[in-house]
Amino acid sequence: MKSSVIVFPGSNCDRDIALALEKMQFKNSMVWHKETFLPKSDLIVIPGGFSYGDYLRSGAIAGKSLIIDEVIKAAKSGCLVLGICNGFQILTETGLLEGTLLRNKNLKFINRDVNIKVLNNKTNFTSKYEIGQILKINIAHNEGNYFTNSKHLEQLNKENLIAFKYCDENGNVNNQSNPNGAIENIAGIFNQKKNILGMMPHPERMIDKLISNTDGVNLFSSLIN
Amino acid sequence: MKFSVTVTLKKDVLDPQGKVVENTLDNLGFKNLKSIRQGKFFEIEINENDQEKAKNTVKEMCEKLLVNLIIEDYKINKL
Repeated sequence: MKSSVIVFPGSNCDRDIALALEKMQFKNSMVWHKETFLPKSDLIVIPGGFSYGDYLRSGAIAGKSLIIDEVIKAAKSGCLVLGICNGFQILTETGLLEGTLLRNKNLKFINRDVNIKVLNNKTNFTSKYEIGQILKINIAHNEGNYFTNSKHLEQLNKENLIAFKYCDENGNVNNQSNPNGAIENIAGIFNQKKNILGMMPHPERMIDKLISNTDGVNLFSSLIN
Repeated sequence: MKFSVTVTLKKDVLDPQGKVVENTLDNLGFKNLKSIRQGKFFEIEINENDQEKAKNTVKEMCEKLLVNLIIEDYKINKL
């Protein structure tokens, strides 16, 4: 499996995700945002960070960068695309995923490990997880408060397009277990074809017991399958 | 030709920054303050003499980049 990680000025999780992909035997390329050629890839990852210093809106400038046209083309032809944190924000700015990420409700940058629940495991991203499985994954963001219109929210629920929801350690999804104010505790969503996943939590930070846990590993092993 | 663009969050979108500013002004004693919405302001100069054309260009800029239409409204004014 071949993967490409798109790198913007201000990306800072690009090497972490590359490490995670290589550990899972992906043949990975790093692609600078000014490129207009995307190597043939089975998976494109838009990493976390602060592309363009979050100027204008998080992800707004990166969402109009040169390489993005190629990412959109690949995504529309069915290539798997994973956007993590700032990558999720960029995917919403490109229109590949609907909705947007608002400032955290408490106005604070939140960096801590939170519990999320797997809602759909019938996708290329989540097949190695169980439905309802609770993962402890790090979040680190200032704009993670997912918001979308009621029509799209209805579609997300009806078509099972919500990948993960914030929950407590017993799996309860409620206001107390919602770190950033996201609508219905949404932590990650798929597009309609389920070849694009955007998520605020950082699975690439959870691949080694030595520094955290291994709750993120199955996302990558699902993908390599 | 110069225009200003004001971008604000839509009415039904929570504006936590505006809310904090509002509370702080209230703490400072501005008791007749009703509400505050925080936004963004752009000053845009266009190389174009036809006002209608220039305004349309600014509108396109807003919709392509400056404004996130899901959560924000904008107003264009000629300066």
